Amino acid sequence: MTSRWRLLSVMGVMALMFSACSGGGATTSPSAAASGAPSAAPSEAASPSTAPSEAAAPVTITWYHIQNNDPGLSLWKALADEYMAAHPNVKIDIQVNENEAFKTKLTTLLQQGDVPDLFQTWGGGGLRQQVEAGLVKDITADIASWKDTINPGALGMYQVDGKNYGIPFDLGLVGFWYNTKSFTDAGITTPPKTWDEFLTTVQTLKAKGITPIALAGKDTWTGAFYWAYLAVRNAGQAGMEKAVVSGDWSDPAFVKAGEQFKQLIDLKPFQKGFLAAPWDGAGSGAAAMATYNGAMQLMGQWLPGTVNANSGGSRAMGEGLGWFPFPAVEGAAGDPFDGLGGGNGFAVGKDAPPETVDFLHYLVSLDAANRWGALNSGILPTTNGSEASTTDPMLSLVLEGRAKAKFVQLYLDQATTPELGGAINEAVATLYAGTGTPESVAQAINAAAGQ
Amino acid sequence: MATDVGSSSRTGRNLRAWGVAGLFMLPALALYALFVLFPIVQAARFSLFDWNGLEALDKFIGLANFERALADPVFLGAVSHNAFIVILSLAVQIPFALGLALMLNRKFRGRAILRLIFFAPYVIAEVITAIVWSLLLQPNGLAEHLLTAIGLEDAYSPWLADTDTVLIALFFIITWKYFGFHMILLLAGLQGIPREIEEAAAIDGASRWQGIRYVTLPLLGPTIRVSVFLSIIGSLQLFDLVWVTTRGGPVNFSNTMAVYMFDRGFVRFQFGYGSAVAVILFLICFVLALAYQRWVLRRDTEGATTYG
Repeated sequence: MTSRWRLLSVMGVMALMFSACSGGGATTSPSAAASGAPSAAPSEAASPSTAPSEAAAPVTITWYHIQNNDPGLSLWKALADEYMAAHPNVKIDIQVNENEAFKTKLTTLLQQGDVPDLFQTWGGGGLRQQVEAGLVKDITADIASWKDTINPGALGMYQVDGKNYGIPFDLGLVGFWYNTKSFTDAGITTPPKTWDEFLTTVQTLKAKGITPIALAGKDTWTGAFYWAYLAVRNAGQAGMEKAVVSGDWSDPAFVKAGEQFKQLIDLKPFQKGFLAAPWDGAGSGAAAMATYNGAMQLMGQWLPGTVNANSGGSRAMGEGLGWFPFPAVEGAAGDPFDGLGGGNGFAVGKDAPPETVDFLHYLVSLDAANRWGALNSGILPTTNGSEASTTDPMLSLVLEGRAKAKFVQLYLDQATTPELGGAINEAVATLYAGTGTPESVAQAINAAAGQ
Repeated sequence: MATDVGSSSRTGRNLRAWGVAGLFMLPALALYALFVLFPIVQAARFSLFDWNGLEALDKFIGLANFERALADPVFLGAVSHNAFIVILSLAVQIPFALGLALMLNRKFRGRAILRLIFFAPYVIAEVITAIVWSLLLQPNGLAEHLLTAIGLEDAYSPWLADTDTVLIALFFIITWKYFGFHMILLLAGLQGIPREIEEAAAIDGASRWQGIRYVTLPLLGPTIRVSVFLSIIGSLQLFDLVWVTTRGGPVNFSNTMAVYMFDRGFVRFQFGYGSAVAVILFLICFVLALAYQRWVLRRDTEGATTYG
């Protein structure tokens, strides 16, 4: 075990994580949407804070977030400064960590029982573990008056057994990105709406000599998106929630998902050497798409940035890209607009002072959300009514898809455990590498969930 | 250093010698205990728990983690891949390095340059080697262009992306990286063999081949045995190169024990289970190393040690 391993661990895990960073393109000044007077903060906030803060004793809120780059870094700081100006008794101690460093740091802090007052969370199974360890505060009652201002699908990801333990500020969605030129060349005028149409689209592209799909088979979570989405389609919200919470993945819908994915795999739609392609960097799925060696890719809202970064300067941010939601599966139990995605939120530590929730409310106020949206940084705010603040055309497409989704399934590795997520990725990979069957995949996942 | 033996106060002297030796070793021993023994003991302890690294360490499950590893086809596959690399290394890499060493031990123009070139890959960091080779071997990479340029475009396939060829491709990269190291090791051994012995054999009528077979190789034995030992241990611990090029894929066809351990421990956060895998890996290396020392390296080490 050399020290290189530690570096590698960081690199490796980093590659597996969905840090929603599409970067670039941020031309709007953060202050554009900000009103001059900081104290006139959230307009819709019938904020409970005004009364107690008058003569309240001084408190310090430790706040761990992971927006370690601008523009997000400055926006968070500005919001904290504004809040402190309006509440002189509150001091906010901001601790900024890079994504991976934060995870290590938080694990250490939690093991010591030294829980931050407000900290980054991705919801789902990770949050559930922290809740079960008694480290996170139940804020259901505290947020009752304003929880309806938050996108309900996003909010649900931060609930454990019906109680709220966190508040989202960002939710992205996985969907199909495509090269508009490839579709035009193949004479495809409208993106496919159903799975059957999608399979036809793949065949049409193939017949024209265009590689239909770029897949990053080395990073197995990318391939697992297909299976997960088809599982959401077939099992629906109820079926997914049952499987995720109970750990019983024996629903035939999950075999069905494998069968439908297999229909696609059998068309051999992926680029040459896809099994060794990483999701980012040289030889990656994103590079394949950037060089038109792959017309479509099922990926999160960060893809335009990744394609831009892997194009060698040949493609500007979002240039020549389109987006369509994952196709509907006819006759399946799920709502055709249900999504798969994930984002960022904050959890409140078990010993946090009561002011923490109020501060959190300020961070997700419509004003704050609009300022986030205007940055077009890849953070897609989850406060209702803030959707229009995002002006980047690519991100707006994703937001449109998100608006239609009544239910968004959190990425399976975050919804369950990294352990089960890894097993799902591994099992699904056997399907597109040709060593597994839809049945064996479903069995492997069910077995891993039962462990 | 020879001690003088057989005196009457032998035990007293031995004790004193041990005391002095102990005092000198104390700092090293303390560090060794802190950074080697303690983690091993900790890993052994964690391996008995179902633990995700976050919750309290209270789900004691005995040897269940070990049973699970030994029943997991993915882990057993990883073990077989390590064995495959060990065998290929011994069968191909060391003989290749030996041949080069024998060649470069003769005097000819450009010898120093060649030695330098052959040794160069070893100097490059393993991660960089892995990145460079994945770039070379990927579709539309240098390998494909070169083969196309000489009219062999059909000979190319994305080897690292094929379950049938990925291990061979990785072994090729490993060999590229490490043959120079073994070559230098063997070259050093060759230069320790007095020229006169080989000359005497030649005068006695031994052919060039007989000279190598009956004089040079036996005298090079200790070096070869060390080279083999390092090669075995290196192959068993293989991690960086695989993690960066293929991450054990496609579908675990290039998984190794260390990759499996890292993936289960640090990616999937099964620290208890990952620790169990680490313990198994440790035991395999430890037993092999001990056995090798005991039966293969014994003559070499005995010659270098004196007993009081």
